[in-house]
Amino acid sequence: MTLNRNLNRRFVERDRQWHPAAYTPGYKTSVPRSPSQALVSLQTPSVSELTGPEFSRLRMGPHDNDLLLNFRDADSPGLPVGERVIMFGRVVDQFGKPVPQTLVEMWQANAGGHYRHKKDSYLAPLDPNFGGVGRCLTDDDGWYHFRTIKPGPYPWPNGINTWRPAHIHVSVMGPAISTRLITQMYFEGDPLIPICPIVQTLKDEEAVGTMIGRLDMARSRPMDALAYRFDLVVRGELQTYFENQ
Amino acid sequence: MQQPNLTPTANLMLRETASQTAGPYVHIGLALAVAGLPERDEEIWNELAKDNAEGERIEVAGRVIDGNGDLVRDALLEAWQADANGDYQTAFDLKAPFNSFGRTATTAEGNSEWRFVTVKPGAIARPDGRTMAPHINLTIFARGVNLHLQTRLYFDDEHKANAGCPVLGAIESPARRQTLIARREEGGEGGLPRYRLDIVLQGEGETVFFDF
Ligand SMILES: [Fe+3]
Repeated sequence: MTLNRNLNRRFVERDRQWHPAAYTPGYKTSVPRSPSQALVSLQTPSVSELTGPEFSRLRMGPHDNDLLLNFRDADSPGLPVGERVIMFGRVVDQFGKPVPQTLVEMWQANAGGHYRHKKDSYLAPLDPNFGGVGRCLTDDDGWYHFRTIKPGPYPWPNGINTWRPAHIHVSVMGPAISTRLITQMYFEGDPLIPICPIVQTLKDEEAVGTMIGRLDMARSRPMDALAYRFDLVVRGELQTYFENQ
Repeated sequence: MQQPNLTPTANLMLRETASQTAGPYVHIGLALAVAGLPERDEEIWNELAKDNAEGERIEVAGRVIDGNGDLVRDALLEAWQADANGDYQTAFDLKAPFNSFGRTATTAEGNSEWRFVTVKPGAIARPDGRTMAPHINLTIFARGVNLHLQTRLYFDDEHKANAGCPVLGAIESPARRQTLIARREEGGEGGLPRYRLDIVLQGEGETVFFDF
């Protein structure tokens, strides 16, 4: 029974000045979807907040982390169009401690900027060989990787002429629901990053830096794929005096 | 702008990766059938309890409503709850009769309701001797939501337990506590009792959201 350990577990407080505010009028949809009341702070988080699901028994398919192959079938046996990319990194907590066996999920548009989603009507075509979803568990040292294509930028109805930078949506669970996080990875050097209203929901340039995938030539595969490194940092678990119990 | 340095320096702590909205196409990644994608062998979805799960099998359902009173049709929700005995089952396993974790989404068409099939959770004793009333933790992701929202669902037929719950008690306004209480009604799908709770993101009847 892990109840005692879990109940004495604490996480570093989430800095809500660092994360985007709920109400960010430059990103118009946030205006009616942002709470106007203050959050109620739980001074004593309980087992309900300090535990979370663990997914090592979730049966993954052989290509769940390989978007070049995981939408392949008899009708579309080819490879997707686009720049072949390895996206990899490490999930660590705020103390630099690796987070092993945690679920990392990602989804993205195809090389033309079109999502395989029934609500996406952008005129760039769908790619018959590309689905756009991946998932994996981190290894014992917190590493994850995906093989995919670089998504295209796409226009969206916010301003008259607003474009999303190329991005991959990334979801990570971490050790508890307290560490749950969804973010987006952007590609180093993309000129659309600083003018994106969703990126601009962040006030701090350094916070934007935590969402940038960096080109890593050493990890690239010659004549095959470029590699982008994207480390994920989740809330740190504070060590308490009950930890050896 | 710099890559998070994996060796903690300065104040001995790294900064958390910043949050971004899950966007309108969150379903591609976390709710494949809703996006219209073929599902993989095992998906995390909204049936937390199978027929043979211990406890009272129930349905919980509701809508998500924005500050204009409009339905939020692209929300994704995650549930985290104890089993009927008040224990969390942390090892997610689709072969198990009960899982503490599940996902659901509001629908693009029709009444836009999210829905879970689960069992009514047990009460949970805290080390300080106080008991939390049966509840389900809910996390809400959506386009326009920059950092996910965290709330709890309680049950209207647990009057006494709710009155003693330290978390409900932490909400100063008694009227606002009511925004977390799901109402029981008969006639859920398959004859299950259904508890209904609408989540209001903003304005009149705004749901209480927690920071923890
Ligand atoms: Fe997107």
